[in-house]
Formats: sequence, structure tokens, C-alpha cells
Amino acid sequence: MRETFSTDDLQPAAGGGLLHRRVLLKAGLILASAGAAQPALAAAGKKPAVESDLAHPSWTREPGQPFTNYGLPSKHEAAVMRSVGANHDVPGNGVSWTPLESLEGILTPAGLHFERHHNGVPAIDPAQHRLVIHGLVKQPLMFTVESLLRYPMTSHLIFVECGGNSNAGWHQEPIQRPVGSFHGLVSCSEWTGVPLSILLDEAGLDPKALWAVAEGADAMLMNVSIPVEKLMKDCIVALYQNGERIRPENGYPLRLIAPGWEGVLNVKWLRRIQLTDQPVMARNETAKYTELLPSGRSRMFTFVVDAKSLLTSPSCGQSLSGPSVYELKGLAWSGRGRIAMVEVSADGGASWTRAQLQDPVLPRCFTRFRAAWKWDGQPAVLKSRATDETGYVQPERAALVAERGRHGYFHYNAIVSWGVDAEGKVSHVYA
Amino acid sequence: MSKSAKAVCTLIAAISILAGPATAGKLGLGQSATPVEIAAWDIDIRPDGQGLPKGNGTAAQGEEIFQTRCAMCHGEFGEGKDKWPVLAGGAGTLKEDRPDKTIGSYWPYASTIMDYVRHAMPFGNAQSLTNDDLYAVTAYLLQLNDIIKDPNFALNEKTFLSVKLPNEGGFYEDDRDTSEKQFWRKDACMKDCKKSVEVTGHASVVDVTPDGKSGPKVD
Ligand code: HEC
Repeated sequence: MRETFSTDDLQPAAGGGLLHRRVLLKAGLILASAGAAQPALAAAGKKPAVESDLAHPSWTREPGQPFTNYGLPSKHEAAVMRSVGANHDVPGNGVSWTPLESLEGILTPAGLHFERHHNGVPAIDPAQHRLVIHGLVKQPLMFTVESLLRYPMTSHLIFVECGGNSNAGWHQEPIQRPVGSFHGLVSCSEWTGVPLSILLDEAGLDPKALWAVAEGADAMLMNVSIPVEKLMKDCIVALYQNGERIRPENGYPLRLIAPGWEGVLNVKWLRRIQLTDQPVMARNETAKYTELLPSGRSRMFTFVVDAKSLLTSPSCGQSLSGPSVYELKGLAWSGRGRIAMVEVSADGGASWTRAQLQDPVLPRCFTRFRAAWKWDGQPAVLKSRATDETGYVQPERAALVAERGRHGYFHYNAIVSWGVDAEGKVSHVYA
Repeated sequence: MSKSAKAVCTLIAAISILAGPATAGKLGLGQSATPVEIAAWDIDIRPDGQGLPKGNGTAAQGEEIFQTRCAMCHGEFGEGKDKWPVLAGGAGTLKEDRPDKTIGSYWPYASTIMDYVRHAMPFGNAQSLTNDDLYAVTAYLLQLNDIIKDPNFALNEKTFLSVKLPNEGGFYEDDRDTSEKQFWRKDACMKDCKKSVEVTGHASVVDVTPDGKSGPKVD
């Protein structure tokens, strides 16, 4: 039996009313959650104006809908969608964000996985799609999709994060948007496919092959270089996402998956891998995804994603309905491995206490964390701080800006701060 | 276990024994690709010149091509129309408060420009330039950025490597393990971490509509 919660457990473990994470393991404590700010949702749960018979709604008496060949979310969840930020003149050039604030657990539904396209989603006929492996190999090879489906496969439960995610964090003023529309160029899926090492072994690597150039079949043939060591270690040619064939916008029929490395390397619509002795220095590894630093010089090949975390609830745009004990919940991830610890603060980072990590805690995968917070109705600033298994600690924004300046544009991973005002409204702040 | 399930297991065992030696080698389901086939696929161009196609063009020729095939988006002088990318300018701004990262001020190699245009431009009709057009338009972009001064300079696979971009030395490989060593720490503060907490907040209103009317710029 679980230990029962007692009022002693309401003794704060850190400033601003944060409780010890053990309370989450006890029975009897009911936690409130921050809600969406929309009035319609705030009213949910209140009794409707016209009293209906809640004990006998129509669906308990009349036959329901017939079977469907492919299920869709409830029409009552229609507001949960990706928000799109695209170029007006070319709708296929831009991004769409995962609504992190509306999701729970660690897996992103395929239809809500973030997108970054340069020139739309190609309408690929899998029968006419090929993967060519050439360059510094003994035998150049061309694979059909059909043939790749016959190779042994493996799965990785991993996040993919765009190198440009969270870039509004560099702005001088905190942007006011739902967390997903600011940090939602990251999603987490189960990717299944053929270990690339098998295919490269079949082609026979030349010892001089230290790099590879991977290319996608979109209307700009997006190409990018990646070290062969990584390809041989854990990259896969993915065919499946969350159990089904990859969605067109996520790379159908083939996607290169490079666990823990920035999004652009996870080449969608993969069609060609050229083995080389040096990188090609394409636009997307020089002009983009490089960080201009205060010295006026730029870091390139910033492949591994630094540890990062954020609270998805409460989060910007939500509101708290008065003093109570609230559940804080969020996501943490690191391209270097497992999340070792997440700490939370309710006083703007003056004091911290550990959050509870929810199983499973997997390397290069979203980790869900939770904490309990007794809010007394005073203004507060909520933060979370991730530490990964290599000992990397997510930096405060001031420390990151001091190190990198504000013009790096890419790879922003600083601690995220949510301000709660006396009315319970949550906004994005720097603190 | 039911009888039929047992039978299936036995069958699988039998198959794997039979298949064992065969799968230990290669599946070998890829078809060999010939150099001619690969030539049609491989359009990468590298800084050392590998991949440069045979062809020739000058900035003067490139200007004409640019005006008909590129200027409607990038502007007559590469200044960028509406939200389309700017293709010139920004020289010497990389240390300033508003760095202007263009192909002239930021990109490291002329090959990066040609590789990109060859893969992706003109936007909406990619891979439609002839090799001569490709050299010509690249020469014009270099002229717009004051890198090629003579409009009649013949850019081709032989002269290409003589063209250097100013920011070639401006990049270095990921060094976070050393330069950001301070972020690996065992002493992350737990209490009394700050004397006072300064809060900067409340900029603009919450405005995210699913129709994509808003959104920070993402390159
Ligand atoms: C229909 C509009 C359009 C036309 C026509 C067009 N481009 Fe572009 N160009 C774009 C867009 C959009 C991008 C950015 C694409 C992206 O970010 O993925 C771009 C990017 C570029 C870039 C990279 C700029 C940077 O700093 O990242 C170059 C170089 C370029 N174009 C050259 C050309 C040339 C040369 C032509 C003519 C042969 C051309 N473009 C025609 C729309 C256009």
C-alpha cells in the first residue's frame, strides 16, 4: 500500500512553496493543474445552463458510430494541432510546431510531430524512390524501398529537435506564446528501420571514407554532411514512425535517423548517401545551423543536442485558478544520453528541489518529470533545470548569453522561466 | 501452449536453423549502381572542386539570367523582395550588434553557393539551370558581393578555385566540450542562489493562430 499523504508533506522543500518529490508517491494528495486560458475551457466542468441528464446521456442509449479504417482524434480535441509558421508567399517554406502544452507522456503523435520544410512535402511514389549509396565504397548500391523492408530492423525511441528550436530565446524581450509555439520544434517518436551499418557494410567502406553527404528528395534536394563514425554507430534508415510507415511530412518513405543529433541531420525523404573524405560544406552546415559567436567567428558541426528541459504546465498563456497545490510537469531531453536529474524552482532560481522522473528514462528520448507546488497566490517564477548523465547542467539564460552572445540563432537550450502573477496568469519571463 | 502454436514454434525454429548460415553473410538486396547512373544523381560540389561540372559563365551573362529567373524574389540587386532572402551586402557586420549574414558576408566557399543553387534554385523550378547558366549566375552573385570585380571574368571548372570568400576562415569545429566546460558541473546551486531575482517580462500579447499568420523567423 502506498503511504498516505499527511499535512507534514506540505512543508516546502524549496522557496516559493515547492514540495518534496516524495509527495507524488503518496496516496491522498490531489493536485490541481494549470488550465488553458480560453474562457470556453475554463467553463468546462461547470454545469450547463440547460440541465441535461448526466446519468443517461444519449450515447448510453443509442448505437454509436461504426468502425473506422483509420481512427482520428475526437472532434472535441480539434483545437489540438500544430501551429504553422510559414512564408506567406510559399506555404511550403517554414515550420510547424508541436503543441507541447496539450500533450502528456513522452510520445508525440505522428500527426503532431513538428515539421521543417524548405519547399513543401514531396509526393513521393515509393515504387519510384531509390536510396543510392556511393562514393568511397567498394560497390555502389541502389536500394528499392521494397528491398529495404526485407532487412532486419531496430527501433529507437528518440527525440528529434530542430537546431533552430527555441531561437526566440535569444530575443531581448521574452516572446509571449504557448510553449509549443516557441519550443515545439522538438518531438519524440519510436523510429524503426534498418541500421545503416548493415547497408554500408554491404557497399564496403573505403578506409578514407570519414564523412558522408546525405541528401533528401524534396524540391531542393536538401544535402548535409555527417561523420561516418556516427552513421556506423547508431544511425538507421527509418521506414516506420510510432509503428506505422513514416508520414509524408516526416520523410516518407525513408528518413535518416541520427539519435541525439540536431534535426537537419535526420534527413527526410532520404535518397542518397555519398561517402567522402571531407564534408561538402553545403548551405545547411555553413550558412545555417552554425552559431555566430561574439568573436565574429562561428561554430560549425554542432551536432549533439545539449540537455534541455521546460515546464509544459503551467506554461505561458495558461492560468491557475487560485491558491492550491499544483502539479508541475514538463519534459527534459539530452542528445548526450539519459536525463540524470531535473530540478524545479518556484522563486526564479533562488532555490531548487528535485522533480520526480517518470519511467521510462531512456537515452536521447523525452523524459517526463513532475513536481508538486503549493501556490500561495503570490507572484512566482517557475523554472526547470535538467542534468544529463554526462553531468551537463542546463544553463541559466544569463549564463548562456554571457557565453554565446545573442547572435548564434541556433541551439538555444537555456532554462525557461514562467512568471505567475497574483491572478494566476502565466507568462514567459526572463529571470 | 496450444498444439498449433507449438507447431508454429517448431516451424520457426526449423526455418531459423535453415536460414542461419545464409543470414550470417549479406542479404545483398541492393542492386549495383553504375558510374553513369550515379552521375545523374550526384550533383554535390565541394570546396576542393570535386563535383564541378564542365561549363563556363561570366557575371555579365549571369546578370541577364538573374533578372529573368531570380530577381522576382531576390530583387534586382539581390536585396531581397518582401520576405525573400537577401543575397548581397553585410560585409564586415559579423561582430556588430545586427550582423547581416549573406552569401558574401558569411558563407565560407563559392562552392557552397554553387552547390546550393544547383540543388535548390530557382525556387519552384529547381535543377533547371544549365551548367553554363550555373557558372554565370554564380559569377553574378559573386559580383553583387564585390568578390568578382570584372564582369567578364570567366568562371569555370578551371578558374573556380581562385575565388575565395572573405569569411572562409570564420568557422571552426564544435568545441563545446572545452569552451563550455563550465556547463558540466557538480556544484549546481540548490539554495540562496541569488540575492534578488530580476524579472524581465510581459512583452507582446499571446498570439498564435493555427493559420500560421505569425511566427518567428526560422532559417
Ligand atoms: C520563387 C522565388 C525564388 C526564386 C525565383 C529564386 N529564389 Fe533563391 N531563394 C528563395 C527562397 C524562398 C530561399 C530560401 C529557401 C530556404 O530557406 O530554404 C532562397 C534562397 C536562395 C539562396 C540562399 C540565400 C541564403 O542566404 O540562405 C541563394 C544563394 C539563392 N536563393 C539564389 C537564387 C538564384 C541564383 C536564383 C535564380 C536562378 C533564385 N535564387 C531564384 C526564393 C527564390
